[in-house]
Amino acid sequence: MRNLRCDVLVIGSGPAGLAAAYQARECGARDVLVIERNAELGGILPQCIHNGFGVRVFQSDLTGPEYVARWARMAAEAGVRTLTRTMVLAIESSPDGARRRVIATSGADGMLAIEPTALVLAMGCRERPRGALAIPGLRPAGVYTAGTAQRLVNIEGYMPGERHVILGSGDIGMIMARRLTLEGARVEAMCEILPYVSGLRRNLVQCVMDYDIPLHLSTTVIDVAGRERVESVTIAQVDAAWRPIAGTERVLPCDTLLLSVGLIPENELSRAAGVMIDPVTGGPVVDQAGATSVPGVYAAGNVVHVYDLVDDVTASALRAGRSAAGCACCTLLAESCELPVTAGENVHHVVPQRVRLPLVPEEGATLELRVRQPVEKAVRVRLSADGDVLLNKRLRYVRPSEMIGLALQPEWNERLTSAGGLQVDVEEA
Amino acid sequence: MEEQRHFVCVTCPVGCNIEAKVRGTELLTLVGNRCARGVDFVKEELTAPRRMLTTTVRVRGAALPLVPVRSEAPVPKGRLLEIAAHLRDVVLDAPVAEHQVVCADVLGTGVDIIASRALERVD
Repeated sequence: MRNLRCDVLVIGSGPAGLAAAYQARECGARDVLVIERNAELGGILPQCIHNGFGVRVFQSDLTGPEYVARWARMAAEAGVRTLTRTMVLAIESSPDGARRRVIATSGADGMLAIEPTALVLAMGCRERPRGALAIPGLRPAGVYTAGTAQRLVNIEGYMPGERHVILGSGDIGMIMARRLTLEGARVEAMCEILPYVSGLRRNLVQCVMDYDIPLHLSTTVIDVAGRERVESVTIAQVDAAWRPIAGTERVLPCDTLLLSVGLIPENELSRAAGVMIDPVTGGPVVDQAGATSVPGVYAAGNVVHVYDLVDDVTASALRAGRSAAGCACCTLLAESCELPVTAGENVHHVVPQRVRLPLVPEEGATLELRVRQPVEKAVRVRLSADGDVLLNKRLRYVRPSEMIGLALQPEWNERLTSAGGLQVDVEEA
Repeated sequence: MEEQRHFVCVTCPVGCNIEAKVRGTELLTLVGNRCARGVDFVKEELTAPRRMLTTTVRVRGAALPLVPVRSEAPVPKGRLLEIAAHLRDVVLDAPVAEHQVVCADVLGTGVDIIASRALERVD
């Protein structure tokens, strides 16, 4: 087994991993290494050939491959080293809990043991698979997650089918509806069990409505028929408790069913390393700089919670990379000077779950939250510390699909030192 | 006749919800856009809507069989399917450079189709 040391080790080379590694170098870490299991850098972005990346970060509207190529160049120029085709198997802790050792394997190098001063988790997320949904019916070929279909169409050059039905209205599902139509295939319908679209409105307009794809809300797939290959699916409307309504069933002939039903942060390694996981987000409990419950271990991007926009992933990774570089002198979650953040009225979750004090201007701390229920009229997003209102932000509407960001202001430090916790509530204005 | 119309600006991922008062193809007033591009977007939607096109074309001699491509500017919305179908018949030879012109002035639209990534030649 080869032994390596480095200042900062980053697991994953998607937008989070590359930005964290770049920023760690910029902030003074000497030796920064990124491990990627794929043959090329970029995580999922090489298959995200649509535009919409980089509007905030670069003030340009880039495709996924262009966005990741920029970050790969910036990281290389900053002196970041990368190991591709290398898979991390385990994160071990020293007996005193102070140090980490990462065990990885690759075809070229065999087994590797890497001892970093700081570790950044940037493994991203995975799609929710069919097994996580209770769709009755047979198990024919022709059922794919939307992201698998995206890889087949955009990277490998295969069409998943000719007549598609898409279950779920996540962004990848909507983007694939457009993509398949552009490639000459048919999208018979998109079904969403919720009464509203779960992806961005922009994608509803430019991917679904622009191409006249039939969208059925409060509707789900209740049967998949076909022995060797999908031959049809049966859809039905559902009631408020998601129970199919008798008499609304319709059979849609098709050969392919795509699932776009949510993303799950990928945290098998984090869990095994003893990182505390938030059961609501599925990702590590972090502070505003991405520090997890394990000393010297940081997390950024979709491994923490699933973002809507790559630009926000990058911003979270820049914060984590900065603190990983400063790890030797930083304070961690175990310290007492931190406030828990509570998700209050109509708030599904808030990241970070803990805010470490004092707030420092260079850190650019932001609370990121999602609402539980959409409100299509003016609301107030209220941030308070033990009832002391710090911020009352008015928004014209709120939707679960659109993450809300609240910047934390260093001038609140004095008011926060005696507080027991922060809370965010979203209420009608 | 004046009417109230709702738009979701697709210029960037922010996706502003815009309420516009229009008369035929003329924009009278609007609210909800967070930047000036929202005004241009609504004006264009009323007259000649355009969209970015992103797709793939085939490549010979690279490690991957396809290269992603995009229009270097938005193309007329009504011609997206026609342009995409045209690009299905284009085959490139590796190497491909990032932003290399794949198809100049595609179907007479005045817009070039360019490669979104580089692909090396593999023999």
